[in-house]
Amino acid sequence: MSQPDAGVTFGYLDEQTKRMIRRALLKAVAIPGYQVPFAGREMPLPYGWGTGGIQVTASIIGPEDVLKVIDQGADDTTNAVSIRRFFRRVAGVRTTERTREATLIQTRHRIPETPLGPGQILVYQVPIPEPLRFMEPRETETRRMHALADYGVMHVKLYEDIAHYGRVATSYDYPVMVNGRHVMAPSPIPKFDNPKMHDAPFLQLFGAGREKRIYAVPPHTSVVSLDFEDHPFEVQGWDRVCDLCGADDSYLDEVVTDDIGGRLFVCSDSDYCAGRRADGHQGPAAASAAGEALADTMEQVAREHASEDPA
Amino acid sequence: MSAAALMTEADPPLLTVAGLGKAFGARPACADISFDLYAGEVLGVVGESGSGKTTLLRCLSGGLTPDAGTVLYRPAEGGQALDVHALPEGRRRLLMRTDWGYVHQDPRDGLRMGVSAGANIGERPMALGARHYGRIRADAADWLARVEIESDRLDDRPTTFSGGMRQRLQLARVLVSGPRLVFMDEPTGGLDVSVQARLLDLLRDLVTRLGLAAVIVTHDLAVARLLAHRLMVMKDGRVVEHGLTDQVLDDPHHPYTQLLVSSVLQA
Repeated sequence: MSQPDAGVTFGYLDEQTKRMIRRALLKAVAIPGYQVPFAGREMPLPYGWGTGGIQVTASIIGPEDVLKVIDQGADDTTNAVSIRRFFRRVAGVRTTERTREATLIQTRHRIPETPLGPGQILVYQVPIPEPLRFMEPRETETRRMHALADYGVMHVKLYEDIAHYGRVATSYDYPVMVNGRHVMAPSPIPKFDNPKMHDAPFLQLFGAGREKRIYAVPPHTSVVSLDFEDHPFEVQGWDRVCDLCGADDSYLDEVVTDDIGGRLFVCSDSDYCAGRRADGHQGPAAASAAGEALADTMEQVAREHASEDPA
Repeated sequence: MSAAALMTEADPPLLTVAGLGKAFGARPACADISFDLYAGEVLGVVGESGSGKTTLLRCLSGGLTPDAGTVLYRPAEGGQALDVHALPEGRRRLLMRTDWGYVHQDPRDGLRMGVSAGANIGERPMALGARHYGRIRADAADWLARVEIESDRLDDRPTTFSGGMRQRLQLARVLVSGPRLVFMDEPTGGLDVSVQARLLDLLRDLVTRLGLAAVIVTHDLAVARLLAHRLMVMKDGRVVEHGLTDQVLDDPHHPYTQLLVSSVLQA
């Protein structure tokens, strides 16, 4: 295990700050879906890059934890790589790309495809924690609406979608009712992931750095996506499978491969995709030049990661 | 006099106001106002600008907390009269979107300008738990027709509506939940006379057909004469005259009412 920098507290934040954030987390867990204000600190990355998530992670991470960081499902994107590197440096913890090995997963906008277990914690990065914001701009009023469970406007938004598009067109950050009491923004995960939040065996923590709010969904809490009786909630579907691993149950990203219209649809969860390929699954385009190039790139990034992490 | 008002002996009043007063700092806006309002009755409140009409209306509807006096409301299901200002806020909000309605002078205050007409009308039913899109939409279309707006405007935003249409849409949005008591603040203010006439026609029709009780604040005596059964004349925050509409307008007793009535041009 690499040693953390001398002169930096374990997990970067000072003890007072960690205590303050842990208090907010306890309150958030006690009131599922309720947004707890906290004294968000300046972090060494810009707002919008995960300052909320990184503070939550820094407050709960321990030396024994194994950290995984994903950005839109992928372990190999800039945001994920730099946050992972940050924690390796300031906490000296082990990091991984494998969902099953991780005890702590910080995510930007996805829930891993591999089901998480009770020993794992998922930390979400949240840009706009207030689900009522687009209907009601006043913070004093939204707080009052939460206090009185006055949530009629949420359905006005859904009504408006159906009236204009014939269906609920909201495809990410799809509002949910938590524990039958608080309407919550699930962060900009695709609504494909919403059902995974319901009655989940793992703890889910949400941190919004710019807005300075923390909220949580404790294990085995009901999380219901809002809908109408005659327009029930449904997730996105694809009429194709992952081009690399052939998975038909995962969230697919479109990857443009050349400038003459070539494109691949691949799992957004890079670990899930790699795992399936290692198990011998093959998608329809796995053998094509573009498919091989993409798979090679992903493997190379994974190798680099492994070489950075001697543990 | 309306049939409803004749039943006063039988039914207790819908709204009982006693000794209501509100001051902003040292400046009293209305003082010592008491009246009863019965089911199906329309009370007009007239007076010049600054006479405390709107403050009174906001105190009645729970939007402002008065400094003195009480407002008692008798809910439909019977039972104890509710002290409107002693209710918890959640309960008062519920009342505001079930039994009550508030029509603002400026429709922009009462409408959500960013969403379609249908969503505006559907907001109250949805807030009360309606979760069937088809039925919400059918209700909205029905109400749009009842306030004489073409049905193909259902998915248009109120920003694309004229002033008169917005005001009618605001009425539909309030009336869809079948309120028993509606507060209206200058419902015809800012509309030209022909549009005013249509709106008044519509209002009178709806009020009689639905048996609504209403408190209508206006400075327009013609509106008061057309809609109100009874009239309250306010000056400097106090009620100076109170009686049946025809009686107050045709035989004003208080010097201020006489001035008010005589300052209207006879067409």
